[in-house]
Amino acid sequence: MASRSTEAGQGLRMIAPPLLYAVLMLAIPLLTILTFSFINDGYQTVIWEFTLENYAEVWADPIFRALMLRSLGVAVLVTLATVVLAFPVAYFLSFVVPPRRKAMWIFLITIPFWTSYLIRVFLWKVILGYNGVINSGLKSLGLIEQPLSFLLYNTGSIVVTLAHAYAPFAILPIYVALERIDRSLLEAGRDLGESRLMTFWRVTLPLAMPGVLAAVLIVFIPTMGDYVTPTLIGGGKIPMVANLIQKQMLAVDNKPLGSAIAVTAMVIVTLLAGLFLLLNRRFLRVRT
Amino acid sequence: MNGGAQGRGLRAYALLYLLFLYAPILLLPVFAFNSGTVVAFPLNSFTTEWFGQLWGNATLRRALFNSLTIAFSAAALATLLGMFAARASTRYRFAGKGTALGLIMLPLVLPEIIVGVSLLVVLLAVGIELSILTVIIGHTLICTPYAVAILTTAFASLDQSLEEAAQDLGESRWNAFRLVILPLVMPGILSSMLMSFTISLDEFIIAFFLAGSEPTLPTYIFSQLRFPKSIPMIMALGTVLVATSILLLALAEYFRRRGAARTGQTNSGGFL
Repeated sequence: MASRSTEAGQGLRMIAPPLLYAVLMLAIPLLTILTFSFINDGYQTVIWEFTLENYAEVWADPIFRALMLRSLGVAVLVTLATVVLAFPVAYFLSFVVPPRRKAMWIFLITIPFWTSYLIRVFLWKVILGYNGVINSGLKSLGLIEQPLSFLLYNTGSIVVTLAHAYAPFAILPIYVALERIDRSLLEAGRDLGESRLMTFWRVTLPLAMPGVLAAVLIVFIPTMGDYVTPTLIGGGKIPMVANLIQKQMLAVDNKPLGSAIAVTAMVIVTLLAGLFLLLNRRFLRVRT
Repeated sequence: MNGGAQGRGLRAYALLYLLFLYAPILLLPVFAFNSGTVVAFPLNSFTTEWFGQLWGNATLRRALFNSLTIAFSAAALATLLGMFAARASTRYRFAGKGTALGLIMLPLVLPEIIVGVSLLVVLLAVGIELSILTVIIGHTLICTPYAVAILTTAFASLDQSLEEAAQDLGESRWNAFRLVILPLVMPGILSSMLMSFTISLDEFIIAFFLAGSEPTLPTYIFSQLRFPKSIPMIMALGTVLVATSILLLALAEYFRRRGAARTGQTNSGGFL
């Protein structure tokens, strides 16, 4: 091989094993469901004929549209809640905590995130449930007579649970972006007569935007596809898109239709993420 | 910069936030040691019965064995693949590097259900039977980006002249890597193994799709959450799992700090 000793050749050989793995186990499977979404379903098999029927069926289905809208709504609410609640914590970590205590704070924040996701989600059912922590607490305080039943099995409880599950995902990227800000810029802003609030608005926030952006995407994307929380917290009454995909793929065993739903969901998520990045770039340009 | 009042307000908020983060987990031991069969307040008396139930549960033992096998294999594979990617990314420049790394890191921004579903369709089409092996395939895929991220940090902080010096002094390229680079990135490797292990051990949706009839710890927990009678036992299991992950994380943090100290970095962050 001519490229044996060149840097490019060595680099390509070095990256070959993980790249080959990603192609075989990720790129090809993704292309396969894309292909499947354009063919017909036969009984326990598929019929290799090009069709747009799956997509027509998906989009004509009011249940799909309702679930897609709900998933989007939940994902937007969760993202908003997570990022807005996380920002002050990231700011505190970066600007208030002394450097030698930072590692400990980050450690404290990441620990709950690494404990069983399923059990954490289920515990929110224990907290919000009919005889749960909140209801029995309020009852023993004499504030309510009957348990509040609206706490569980609704979109709000799904949002709370997911916002809890993805909290560290939002804190860490914002923290990293804040850490990168040159502190002399902030002093300059203040020295030039800006108020603390205006310095934050015109210097700190725009510079923290890459972190906020990363946080938004990191929270939004997996939330859209979450299966566990709507199943456990929604009690099966508030399904989201992932439940629909799971049903078509396993229970109904209509893989082409399931693939069409998965591809549609993926395309919507990607488009929204792209649109968000684009809007953000414009927003930043106007401000600077 | 941090005016006293502002700093105090933020600290109070951060502490409240920590309480929100820890609230569900603090409830685990409360119900794990509570003798009531219903997971609700008021509490009954103290018991260790549920931990005893864990011990005698054969399905749980099988699920645990499967999960440990999967987590160990996926962690080893992901770390190995991660080392190749991290070394390629820090040491070499070549056309298509960004695209290649982008594909390898893609699982980070894909909903896991998409990864699970697409792998399922392909595995069934090729005729591979679902088993713990297929779960290992899926978990390796989602653990690799984390391994790459951790190992890139480890490789990037290396001084390239160390390796060159070893080669100039007559060591082969492989020996230079084995004797000089490997010991220096070892803390990163261990940290990546522990991180991947923890991710795999807790992963549900891919295992749910790809495990066939074999139970893993999360799919077993999921199946039990439907039965009110099993909940106290699951609370006990959760307590054990939380204690174990805290231990693993403390170990990972220890290795990370030692690695940072060894390559002469300042210690300023967690797993970043």
